[in-house]
Amino acid sequence: MTDVYILIELLQLSIYGIVLGSILTLGAIGVSMIFGILRFAHFAHGDLITVGAYVGMGFLMMTHAPVWTALPAGMIGAAIVAVLIDQTVYKRIRRTQPVILLISSFGIGLILRSLVQVIWGPNVYSFPGGIQRPWMVWELAIIPNHLWILLAAVVIVTALHLFLTRTRIGKAMRAMSDNMDLALVTGIPAERVIMITWLLGGALAAGAGVLLGMDSRLTPTMGWNILLPVFAAAIVGGIGRPYGAIAGGMLIGLAMEISTLFLEPSYKPAVAFLIMVAVLIVRPQGIFKGAW
Amino acid sequence: MEISGIAAYLVSFFTFVGIYAILALGLNMQWGFTGQFNIGIAGFFAVGAYTSAILTTPESPWHVGGFQHPFLVGVVGAVIASALVGLLIGAITARLRTDYLAIATIGIAETLRLVIANEGWLTNGVRGMSNIDRPFSDFFQAIGLSSAMGSLIVVAAFLAGVYFLVERARQSPWGRVLRAIREDEPATAAAGKNIGRFRLEAFVVGSAIMGLGGALYAHYFGFLSPEAFLPLYGTFLVWVMLIAGGSGNNKGALLGAVVIWTIWSGSEFVMSAGLPEGYTGYAGPLRVILIGVLLQVILITRPEGILPEKAPRAIAKGRRG
Repeated sequence: MTDVYILIELLQLSIYGIVLGSILTLGAIGVSMIFGILRFAHFAHGDLITVGAYVGMGFLMMTHAPVWTALPAGMIGAAIVAVLIDQTVYKRIRRTQPVILLISSFGIGLILRSLVQVIWGPNVYSFPGGIQRPWMVWELAIIPNHLWILLAAVVIVTALHLFLTRTRIGKAMRAMSDNMDLALVTGIPAERVIMITWLLGGALAAGAGVLLGMDSRLTPTMGWNILLPVFAAAIVGGIGRPYGAIAGGMLIGLAMEISTLFLEPSYKPAVAFLIMVAVLIVRPQGIFKGAW
Repeated sequence: MEISGIAAYLVSFFTFVGIYAILALGLNMQWGFTGQFNIGIAGFFAVGAYTSAILTTPESPWHVGGFQHPFLVGVVGAVIASALVGLLIGAITARLRTDYLAIATIGIAETLRLVIANEGWLTNGVRGMSNIDRPFSDFFQAIGLSSAMGSLIVVAAFLAGVYFLVERARQSPWGRVLRAIREDEPATAAAGKNIGRFRLEAFVVGSAIMGLGGALYAHYFGFLSPEAFLPLYGTFLVWVMLIAGGSGNNKGALLGAVVIWTIWSGSEFVMSAGLPEGYTGYAGPLRVILIGVLLQVILITRPEGILPEKAPRAIAKGRRG
């Protein structure tokens, strides 16, 4: 009896883990791409996730459109915000050391978080849809939204994969990430590639934000609170390698949810951190091989 | 405001400046001299504060402790504890590029905050720890000074001590190696210096200084809760102070602490006076935006800060050692 009970619990948590993992993946791919092209850890990424979620929700509040439209609306909004930040701030300090961009992005993150507070107030929002009755499959409860989240993440990642492998600019991005100098002498338009990187990074972050908002609620610190797991996913997958981020995101998501079997749920970010530290000690290049 | 009110405000103002200046000097050791990126200052600050509080407070049913050690024991404990955390993080990331250090430090800071908030037996969780005595309050009372004034004197004394030490370190051969690592790592390695060890030493010393700042904060403020160690107060303001003042320059760290704390606390007055009724709730985020934008402007227009770093005068000229 108890064995079956534990198995059910484990499977149930694995479902939550895959859902969380697909959200983390979207954030981690962006972090990884930005690191690959611009060589710095983007500390405002969590808050870009928040901005995406709030823009999506704001769009719904203004238009009363169907819920799913929050996803494209948030993605477009956050992509524009990301490019604007790059053009007004990051671009001007890019020529100095990349680490200066790191502290700048930390400040940008705080600005974004505060702007969300100023525009939308400190209230907690949630996407319309209310509490859903889960479907019971065998002994497992499956929340309809979780299926949608997973499906949306798969669609977004597949679209990104096609973009990176089939389009000229996508290939140019991979070339720049592989070998910056070589890519530049072959005449790759660096500024355009950087702009596309921000567009994609912002859109992916918003994807993570809207899906995270659908899974729980919207708060001004929602993105900051998952920044550490997102970084952990990127590092476990090998930072600078977006495809590794998928595996890293899943691994971190599963570990965080399954850890609640024996740890306080509030320690979930700490679990992500410990896995990241373990990877940094054993295999700092990430546990998955190959470039993108 | 009456004269006594203004005086009390100034005492509190300069005490906070002093504590932040100590944190900024600690960061300068790590970032300014060695180019190591610590974005989890709040974590080291918290370790120092809680260690000292646990060592010195009287017995309480709400958290571990009851040791009632004197203030100085608390300070020493705080410095040792935060140095050990620094050693752990530094050892893990010493071989890696500084982005990993940044992520690891924010990880440890957030994890420590979770531990402080969740482990009630240790820290009384979100309800916080109180009854932390101000330093040498009996002595200051005996000579007719308030305990707040006494705290300011103690903070100033520690700040002077830390400043003297980091300034000596900067001019010493050890400090030269740190700057050499920052400027050109391969060349320094080729000169036979053990990069990893020097880096780790600087990181641990910087962490210990931050822990000292934490202990002084705990004893001045008298109350600790996880709120005080959010990245905004613990980490971000310190970074803005160091960058505004001039990283690599200890005088710049001091100046930055004064200037940024003036702007930060001054903006509170301006906002509470200037914001229309009903909008006062926006004062907090608007102040953060102000400081955040200020940082970007400094990074874009004057990345070297108000007081740029100067090459130190060689000490003991003409003598070879």
